[in-house]
Amino acid sequence: MNHTWPSRLLGVAVPLVLALVVSVVLLQLAGAPPFEALRLLGDGSVGSLAKISDTLSAWVPLTLAAAGLVVTFAAGLWNIGVEGQIVAGAIAATWVAREMPGSAPVVITLMLVAGVVGGLLWALLAGVLKTRGGVNEIFGGLGLDFVASGLAIYLIIGPWKREGIASTSGTDLFRPEAWMPTVGDAQIPVIPVVLTVLAVVLVYVLMRGTRFGLRLKAVGKNRRSAHLLGIPTERYTLAAFMVCGALAGLAGAILVSSVFHKLVPAVSGGYGFLGILVVLLAGYRAAWIAPIALFFAAVAVGSTQLSLRLDLDSSLGGVLQGVLVLLVILLGGWRAVRSRRSTEHAAQEEP
Amino acid sequence: MEATLASIVAAASPLVYAVVGETITEKAGVVNLSMEGTIMLSAMTGFAVSYTTGSVLAGFLAAMVVGMLIAALVAFASIELRLNQIAVGFVLALLAVELSSFLGDPYVGQQGPSVRAIDVPLLSDIPFLGRILFQHNLSVYGSYVATIGAYVFMFHTRRGLEMQGVGERADASFARGIDVNRLRYLYTIVGGGLAGVAGAAFSLDVKLGWREGLTTNFGWIALAIVIFGGWHPLRAASGAYLFGVLQTVSLKLQPVFPGVSQILPLLPFVLMIFALVLVYLRLFRELGDRHPMLRHLLIADPPSGLGTTFHRE
Amino acid sequence: MSLELQDIRKSFGPVRANDGVSLSIEDGTLHGLLGENGAGKSTLMKILSGFISADAGRVVLDGTPLALSSPRDGIRAGIGMLHQDPLVFLPFSVLDNFLLGSGGGLRVDRDAGRGALLETGERFGFSFDPDSPARSLSVGERQQLEIARLLWLGARMLILDEPTTGISATQRTLLFEILRSLAAEGMIVAFVSHKLEEVEELCDRVTVMRKGRVVGEAEMPCPAERLVEMMFGRVFSESEPTPPPFGEPVLDVDRVILRERVVTTAELDVSVRQGEIVGLAGLEGSGQRMLLRAAAGLLRPISGRIDVHGRDLTGRPYRGFLDAGVHYLPAGRLEEGLVSGLTVAEHVLLARGSDRFFIDTDEAHEQARAAIADYAIVGTPGSPAESLSGGNQQRLLLAMTPPDVRLLLMEHPTRGLDIESAEFVWTRLLERREAGAAIVFASADLDELLRYSDRIVVFFSGRILRVLDARTTSGEDLGYLIGGKERV
Repeated sequence: MNHTWPSRLLGVAVPLVLALVVSVVLLQLAGAPPFEALRLLGDGSVGSLAKISDTLSAWVPLTLAAAGLVVTFAAGLWNIGVEGQIVAGAIAATWVAREMPGSAPVVITLMLVAGVVGGLLWALLAGVLKTRGGVNEIFGGLGLDFVASGLAIYLIIGPWKREGIASTSGTDLFRPEAWMPTVGDAQIPVIPVVLTVLAVVLVYVLMRGTRFGLRLKAVGKNRRSAHLLGIPTERYTLAAFMVCGALAGLAGAILVSSVFHKLVPAVSGGYGFLGILVVLLAGYRAAWIAPIALFFAAVAVGSTQLSLRLDLDSSLGGVLQGVLVLLVILLGGWRAVRSRRSTEHAAQEEP
Repeated sequence: MEATLASIVAAASPLVYAVVGETITEKAGVVNLSMEGTIMLSAMTGFAVSYTTGSVLAGFLAAMVVGMLIAALVAFASIELRLNQIAVGFVLALLAVELSSFLGDPYVGQQGPSVRAIDVPLLSDIPFLGRILFQHNLSVYGSYVATIGAYVFMFHTRRGLEMQGVGERADASFARGIDVNRLRYLYTIVGGGLAGVAGAAFSLDVKLGWREGLTTNFGWIALAIVIFGGWHPLRAASGAYLFGVLQTVSLKLQPVFPGVSQILPLLPFVLMIFALVLVYLRLFRELGDRHPMLRHLLIADPPSGLGTTFHRE
Repeated sequence: MSLELQDIRKSFGPVRANDGVSLSIEDGTLHGLLGENGAGKSTLMKILSGFISADAGRVVLDGTPLALSSPRDGIRAGIGMLHQDPLVFLPFSVLDNFLLGSGGGLRVDRDAGRGALLETGERFGFSFDPDSPARSLSVGERQQLEIARLLWLGARMLILDEPTTGISATQRTLLFEILRSLAAEGMIVAFVSHKLEEVEELCDRVTVMRKGRVVGEAEMPCPAERLVEMMFGRVFSESEPTPPPFGEPVLDVDRVILRERVVTTAELDVSVRQGEIVGLAGLEGSGQRMLLRAAAGLLRPISGRIDVHGRDLTGRPYRGFLDAGVHYLPAGRLEEGLVSGLTVAEHVLLARGSDRFFIDTDEAHEQARAAIADYAIVGTPGSPAESLSGGNQQRLLLAMTPPDVRLLLMEHPTRGLDIESAEFVWTRLLERREAGAAIVFASADLDELLRYSDRIVVFFSGRILRVLDARTTSGEDLGYLIGGKERV
């Protein structure tokens, strides 16, 4: 296949234009002025410092989840359990926020560590179910997603319920020491952003510059060859789950400490599944995660404006993201088939 | 008791359509992972169309078409473009859910038509069973027809045998003169159509009306029940009814455990998924190997060709 | 009835599996198609049955050209093909296997089918339990089921691709009887085999293929020497310069019994010393591959003992064998040797068992370039493994072999390679031997076996038939032994 820059750019530009066309058509169908809507989308996501701050707050968990998923995908795994791993991280961090005394730096650090550990252990569970129980990771992960959200709801209405009232709207707000500090009036989440950038760099280096990443790729692409090369494939599978779980757990911890300041039932906010879309769109490459996630986050945040201003459903953003990913995948498949065909012809025409 | 059982049978009917449909698809060797989105979008479409036209039948047909279109896309991507069925199905699952929210916005909370109740003559007079099984509506009866029809088709017709062959071993089917890819298209689309009907059965019967997330998680659970059902339509339908029982039990338990009533609805999903672990258990496998009679009940061997593509050299 | 194949051509990528094959088969004869593995016999027969499509050429039945665009056309023309690995559906019942794909009404009439199955079976002396799953049948019984099915469907011509692999002696006798009687009834029977003995025993006429072409035809009986020569070309049993004196025993396989799928071996005893090259000869599936995999730690013996360098490694994990200096190079280079999608440099990195966490990219490329130069690989450090030609893939695998390897196990070291690559591979292997490694390799190439081995171990249906001194063995003798025959 030809991976020159123009062709790669075309591979992104064509679906992007097509996705926009689909969105315009959908907006027409819904009786909304399409270009006004797209403008609002932009305004709502990057139109002001406060909006940029919102977009960044969405970018952080999305990117963390996607970065983790790059690792599990490299190992050939569909870690659908990533949603549950975010929730597990959020629960672990909430426990720290509620139970651990101490000053802000200590509490917040402990929350993040707890989130990492919680997500990691939750992912390990899916890994063990796969390697030892033979349970396909898609269904094991799905089951653990249900369990994690059930656990979160149980805690919210049970042991951690608000004074007097048991409500599914969430626990009591954390004490101020457990609130992630922000910068400026726009409340820009600087620490989470820095952590996320570090995580992306970590995954990038892990996959590009370490023996661990290389062996993991070998396991994901050809388990038998990897085994013959002496790589302990089961251990690497579990390790991939743990790295992804750790990053997802970190995302969960950041969500409770920086966004909600409490534990809420749908704490993962669908960032895990959306992360899968980001990775598919990025072609499983770590380097593309951050910009694509930024675009996705902007679309997601911007589309909430649509419901406020144009009385449209905010799911337009999701539709746009889905159409984009679908088109990129289909177009990629089409080009691969075409190039395979042309090489076959070339081989046959050889004298 | 009778009333409870009857309500379980009725409430499980959409899921029965879905698991029978996906069983057909997977039996032919294709995974249509988009169930969550297919059911949701067709539920919305079914409601919107019958709300607009006033015809329940039109709603069911429209829902079926939506399911078939999504399935056709999965089959096309897999057969023609040789793409990973899981990836395409997953993207379609999320996309269709979002589409249902977006397009369904105007219909939220509206009162629409619903499937009319009809007792089956004679059969409904059978004591006990008549009340449970035959005092419902056409949507529920249709789920019986789908289940039994799929069973008879799969195991007692020539075409059904060919369908199983295609999913089990494409090269061997091809060697016997069967057009593997054409059949995979066909059964993926048929399965998708049934999933579409499942959606309409939610919005026009069981969960009357449309709201965002009306059928959340039912698509995922349908995929799990197909595995639990060992790719057998009757066993899969039993799985759907078992799930219905779990749901009813958890609802009945809500007043008993008021402290945790909100998580009880989630419990059936958790239990159902972890019932899968049993299917994979070595103990069950060995038991099934020793007693062929039990094999059908305990063990689930996926069609060997599941998720693969076939191309003639 | 007569069948003619005219100038059939078929390429898979750069490999020409059939390179202008013409052949005619008359009814009432048992026609043998003889040739080594990879000679193009199976491809030709799959084209004839419509299973794969030819790039060029015609199939003519009784003067009428056939349009074979799928097996359906083949079936319609009365061509029945029995594939080497019988194409049955293992979880389905015997009866359903019998009925699947047959015409008729919508309903599967299992009662009528049961009758037909039992009747057809009885006619040929097969006994089936229609309701047991096909999984429970032996390979021979699966084959009988397929034969019964094809004949019931009305095949007028039967193609059998290596039908005796994995079946018992009794089943073989029965099969041969049936084929003779079918031919006598006026059916066309094409029997594809690489086993000289069987073709001699069964066929009236034989066509020999080598490297995608027909190299000769003969009426049977025909002197075996002539067939051997046609199959393998002229075999020069020249030997490489005398080896260094052998050292300590490196591999000691002691009364080992192995089982893989349907094949169970007899007790195997092999001992290999430092600096020695042992060739494993035999038909595909005779047990050589199993022995190699057992010695590599990939297949656990049912009984017996495997020592490497005097240490008992029986039942140890694969890792233990690697640490003992054992290295295995499989035949499926892209299936279980290399990793598609990873580059040459990445492969070199994976092979160097360094424990350093970070990869020094410059150093990695340096190493890769060194390996590329050292092993004359056509490619760059950034070339993906799957883009390399077969010869270059094998060179890369050799480059990945640890320098201090003590026991090198190889399956078909030069299969599919051009002459230059093959020579190169062996030059490097001989260097390894000089450096003190022992080499055990399985090959179907008699020339290669005779030229490079010190000793040749001949396998036949799961047991060791003979151990030969390569210097005193002729190509003909070896050819006979491989077919299970002692030279009279």
